Amino acid sequence: MVLADPALVGVLGLRMGDNALILGQRLSEWCGHAPVLEEDIATANIALDLIGQASNWLKLAGEVEGGGRSADDLAFLRDAREFTNVLLVEQPDPDFAHTLMRQYLFDSWHAEMLDRLVDSTEARIAEVAAKSAKEAAYHRRRSADLIVRLGDGSEESHARMQAALDALYPFAGELDQPDDCDKALAAAAIAPDLGELAGEVASARTIVFGRAGLSVPTDVPVRSGGKSGLHSEALGYLLAEMQILQRSHPGAKW
Amino acid sequence: MYAQEVKTPSSRLRSRSDMCEQECAFQDKLDAGTKIEPKDWMPDAYRKTLVRQISQHAHSEIVGQLPEGNWITRAPTLERKAILLAKVQDEAGHGLYLYCAAETLGVSRDDMTADLLSGRAKYSSIFNYPTLTWADVGAIGWLVDGAAIMNQVPLQRCSYGPYARAMVRVCKEESFHQRQGFDIMRVLANGTEAQRAMAQDALDRWWWPSLMMFGPPDDASVHSAQSMAWGIKQDSNDELRQKFVDQTVPQSDFLGLKIPDPDLIWNDDEQHYDFGAIDWHEFYDVIAGNGPCNAERLGARCNAWSEGAWYREGLKAHSDKQRLDRKAA
Ligand SMILES: [Fe+2]
Ligand SMILES: [Fe+2]
Repeated sequence: MVLADPALVGVLGLRMGDNALILGQRLSEWCGHAPVLEEDIATANIALDLIGQASNWLKLAGEVEGGGRSADDLAFLRDAREFTNVLLVEQPDPDFAHTLMRQYLFDSWHAEMLDRLVDSTEARIAEVAAKSAKEAAYHRRRSADLIVRLGDGSEESHARMQAALDALYPFAGELDQPDDCDKALAAAAIAPDLGELAGEVASARTIVFGRAGLSVPTDVPVRSGGKSGLHSEALGYLLAEMQILQRSHPGAKW
Repeated sequence: MYAQEVKTPSSRLRSRSDMCEQECAFQDKLDAGTKIEPKDWMPDAYRKTLVRQISQHAHSEIVGQLPEGNWITRAPTLERKAILLAKVQDEAGHGLYLYCAAETLGVSRDDMTADLLSGRAKYSSIFNYPTLTWADVGAIGWLVDGAAIMNQVPLQRCSYGPYARAMVRVCKEESFHQRQGFDIMRVLANGTEAQRAMAQDALDRWWWPSLMMFGPPDDASVHSAQSMAWGIKQDSNDELRQKFVDQTVPQSDFLGLKIPDPDLIWNDDEQHYDFGAIDWHEFYDVIAGNGPCNAERLGARCNAWSEGAWYREGLKAHSDKQRLDRKAA
């Protein structure tokens, strides 16, 4: 199926929005439970940025769709099969090392992606990307710094960061794999070529993981499916929690 | 309040004849309204009392993240989620400024944290109540942050400079907290029947614990007189409680909600609301650790601290290595 440009814009808005929303939701679970007070503050801050970005992207997706769905409708009234975020961002947090690693794997792609989207031929995409790009660059600086310090920290922090990298690396590949929509978006110069972007992201990651003393898993199969709505079981629970009020009080205003 | 029962080393107010020359000079400074700064001489008892008060206040901000933090993942709209995240983040920030203010008195944040986790240090009784519905988030902003403002506005004039200055920053943010809480209540009170019931239920459960936030009645607060002479406390517990009731009753009327107190009545002679008796057994019971959520709240903080040990040690190991590298270079 080849979508016309306007519908493609909606797909991109939805994917960017869902990634930001689900990652923001995951991060906000840490509120009050992080390893130090400064992390409580920083984690809430990043979650806040991501929720704000999600609102902008989902609003755009709703407008493009033209069916009158608001950002909230898209966030709170869709089922798991309709969410298009990559599997990486929905992965649960067995410890804070996984949280930081998931964040860095995402940020390192996200900041680069937004930088390119700022130059999108589609003005509405460029506009939303411009609002988020600075925040994402800051998120990447921060998570890269922590990956280095904890990877090159104590024996335990190194082991935990390596375990998190081993567990999450297979999910990072989905960001780089273009499907038909991604290819059409790139052809229309609405979005960058994901394969090309992947090369840049990979070389930046190599430097960070090198300084952290972490070894990047090789020859691992990519775990994907999120973009087409085939998620891990974890997403259902996340949505059940997030959507409870909207689902149990249909039509109510909050 | 956030520091509800701050013990001073002696329950008797010190008179001038008890004081040495240095202490008299210190009291003169306080009486003249001069701020005390970290490097200034201060009586040991003043220092100890301040450390207790500021650290209790800081701990309350930290534990106070939990009851509302509970609802961030369930907030009903993206905007409410963002506002609540910002609010809870502010509370953690308040904890941070307050720990810094206490550190100027010669205690470390790690020691204060250890006291919180071991149960030696207290935090406000209010955070040991559960947040059962979304309306509780509204009620906390409206009532709990409202009560906090009532107490913290006068603390901006506290005799100890770093605490007074921390309060100036904190107060600015607290009024945003109260407004967002009231706004949640306003929307619920004008919403569906289920939402109205949710709002009323939240007021029913949070009203009395909010009044207890101001601490024991004046005739039972043996430590207040000394704290007032030291300029650490400006108004008595009962005065602040009365002010809070007088401010809040009209707001509740505006919302069309009913305050759960059959004895609440306007007293025209006194120009204030008379209100019913507070169950002080409940207050002391919660303070003693037997509130509905004491174990969960402290448990969550202990867990965060122990689960996060590897992170803190990892960062320290890294900075130690960097220092060695710099030395070697
Ligand atoms: Fe606060
Ligand atoms: Fe507050």
